[in-house]
This record gives sequence, structure tokens and C-alpha cells, in this order.
Amino acid sequence: MATTIEAPRTARPRRNVEKWGWIYMRASGVVLVVLIFGHLFINLVAGEGVKQVDFAFIAGKWANPFWMVWDGLMLWLALIHGGNGMRTITNDYVTNPTANRLLKGAILVAVVLLIILGTLVITTFDPCPPNAAPGTLDVSLCRALGR
Amino acid sequence: MVSLRPETVTKPVAAPRRPAGTVYRGHEGMWSWVLHRITGVAIFFFLLVHVLDTALVRISPQTYNGVIETYKNPIMGLGELALVAAIVFHAFNGLRIILIDFWSVGTKHQRAMFWIVIALWVVLMAGFAPRQLMVIMTEVQ
Ligand code: HEM
Ligand code: HEM
Repeated sequence: MATTIEAPRTARPRRNVEKWGWIYMRASGVVLVVLIFGHLFINLVAGEGVKQVDFAFIAGKWANPFWMVWDGLMLWLALIHGGNGMRTITNDYVTNPTANRLLKGAILVAVVLLIILGTLVITTFDPCPPNAAPGTLDVSLCRALGR
Repeated sequence: MVSLRPETVTKPVAAPRRPAGTVYRGHEGMWSWVLHRITGVAIFFFLLVHVLDTALVRISPQTYNGVIETYKNPIMGLGELALVAAIVFHAFNGLRIILIDFWSVGTKHQRAMFWIVIALWVVLMAGFAPRQLMVIMTEVQ
């Protein structure tokens, strides 16, 4: 006797947001390995290590669009990846609906504000600002820029 | 007649040393997940502060340099070492998770891959830790 299995009732086709979040965590992860390992190597290992980090060091890096794009990508990918991960963790542990919504709202606000701030910092960066105290600038870079 | 000796019937069964009924709890799969979660949260909070302190370059060069100067001490140097340890684990274990999900025999090798993650972590940290400690020492002088 043939058993007939009822066709599953397919819901209205829906965009599957969680699936795209899942894919995003993996795709961004692969790119972030390269970006963050590169960032740590240049800033922490190469040259004099962390000691070298100061305003002039950043001016030197951001004089090159390559590092501006690098840092911008890292900023967007890492904050969205981390924010989405924090959302998962909030859903796992915070069962009170109000607290859950408040925490996820706070994560979203933090991520959006920092992405805007970080992007503006990179795009509006001035390597030779007029308010600089003596000795803080990369003098040869500012000369080369005619400042 | 069968005699049931009461002491054998009522004797409490010793709790298994490892939680029973699962091959997951207490094993590599669980610990890698715990570590992945803890490191992910730690890196997220670091990044919030990191974008804020980098933003100081837009106030003035001396403001940025002043704050960065307060980071250049052995305690922060060790903090950076811990941050790198966390990020290296999260990165390699993240690649392991991706392989488990997409590589056809990934689940079969998840345990071996966990130990490969640990081995790669040890190798990278063995390279980085002395370098960072050297930088910290020269800072103290
Ligand atoms: C202790 C280790 C670290 C040091 C010393 C460091 C240092 C710096 C410095 C000097 C800059 C300025 C621009 C540049 O040099 O490219 C910067 C920017 C940045 N770093 Fe790091 N960094 C560290 C770790 C990290 C990690 C682990 C991440 C990712 C999770 C990260 C993400 C970023 C991002 C997104 C920017 C751009 C910020 C902006 O847009 O304003 N950094 N970092
Ligand atoms: C270095 C490259 C990175 C790789 C390869 C990577 C990979 C991953 C993967 C595959 C997941 C699992 C997602 C899932 O289970 O569905 C994940 C989760 C997570 N990641 Fe990353 N990630 C990286 C960097 C980062 C950074 C920079 C942050 C913080 C800003 C971060 C924070 C998190 C958090 C909070 C979670 C959620 C953990 C959980 O649900 O238990 N990750 N990561």
C-alpha cells in the first residue's frame, strides 16, 4: 500500500536573515584573519614594535590609500562580525525580553556609532593639522605635502 | 528464592566523573566553543576602546600621543600579549569552525583540527611572546 506523504506546506518565501548572518560570520572571518594578522604584524612586530606607535606613525600609514582601505575594511567587517556575535550570545543568555531587547539595542547603537566615527577618522584625517604641538608631526611627510 | 540484599539495591550509584549521555560536554568540542566565545567577547570590548582611542588623532597629535604614552608600560605590554593570544586562538579556531561547516569530512576531523589549532597557537605565540617581552623590557629602561 502506498503511503502518501502530504507535501510540506511551504511558508511564503521569506528572506532568511539568520542564514545570511551565519554566512557573514564565516566570510568576514576569513577576510579578517588576513586583515588583523597584517595589522598586528605591522603595528606590533615589525620595526620597533608597539613603541613606534604615535601620531606621525599613523600619518605615515594613512598617507597611503592602501592602509586607509585596509583599516576601513577591518573596521566595518570586525565591528559587524563582533556585533552579530554579541547578538547571538545575548540571545543565548538573556531570557528576559526587555533586557534582551535593551542589550541588543545597545550593541547595535555602539556598532553603528563606532563605524561612523572610525570611518570619519580615516577619511578626514589630516597628517599636518595646524594645532599640532612641536615635534609631533612627520616633518618630511608634511614638507612633501607642501604644508 | 532470590534474596535481594538491600545494601546492593539501595547503594547510590557513583556519579560518572564526566557528564554522561553526550560525547560533547567536557571534550574538545565544548572547550573550543567556550574559548571561542570568551575570546570573541574580549576582542569586541577591546575594539570598542581601540576605535575610540584611535579617534583621538582627530583632536590633536599631542592628545593622541599623550594617551598612547600612558599605554607604553609593562602592564599594557602584557595586556597586548593577552590580546594577541586571544585573537590568534579565535582566528584559527574560527577557520576550524568554517572547515567543520564546509569541508565534507570536516566534522570527522574536528577533534584533530582542535589540536592543530592549539599547535599553531603555540608556534605563533612562541614567536610573538619573546618579541613582545623584548619590547616591554626596552620600554622599562
Ligand atoms: C595591541 C594591538 C594593536 C595595536 C598596537 C593597534 C594599533 C593601531 C593603530 C596605531 C591604528 C591607527 C591606524 C593604523 O596604524 O593602521 C589602529 C587602527 C585600527 N585598528 Fe588596531 N591595533 C591593535 C589591535 C587591533 C585589533 C586586534 C583589531 C581588530 C579587532 C584592530 C582594529 C583596528 C581598526 C578597525 C583600526 C581603524 C580605526 C579607525 O577607523 O579609526 N586593531 N590600530
Ligand atoms: C580573526 C578572524 C576571525 C575569524 C576567522 C572569526 C571567525 C568566527 C566564526 C567562524 C564564528 C562562529 C559563528 C557561528 O558559530 O555561527 C565567530 C564568532 C564570533 N566572533 Fe569571530 N572571527 C574573527 C574575528 C573576530 C573579531 C575581530 C571579533 C570581535 C570584534 C570577533 C567576535 C566574535 C564573537 C563575539 C562571536 C560569537 C561567539 C559565539 O557565538 O559563541 N571575531 N567568529
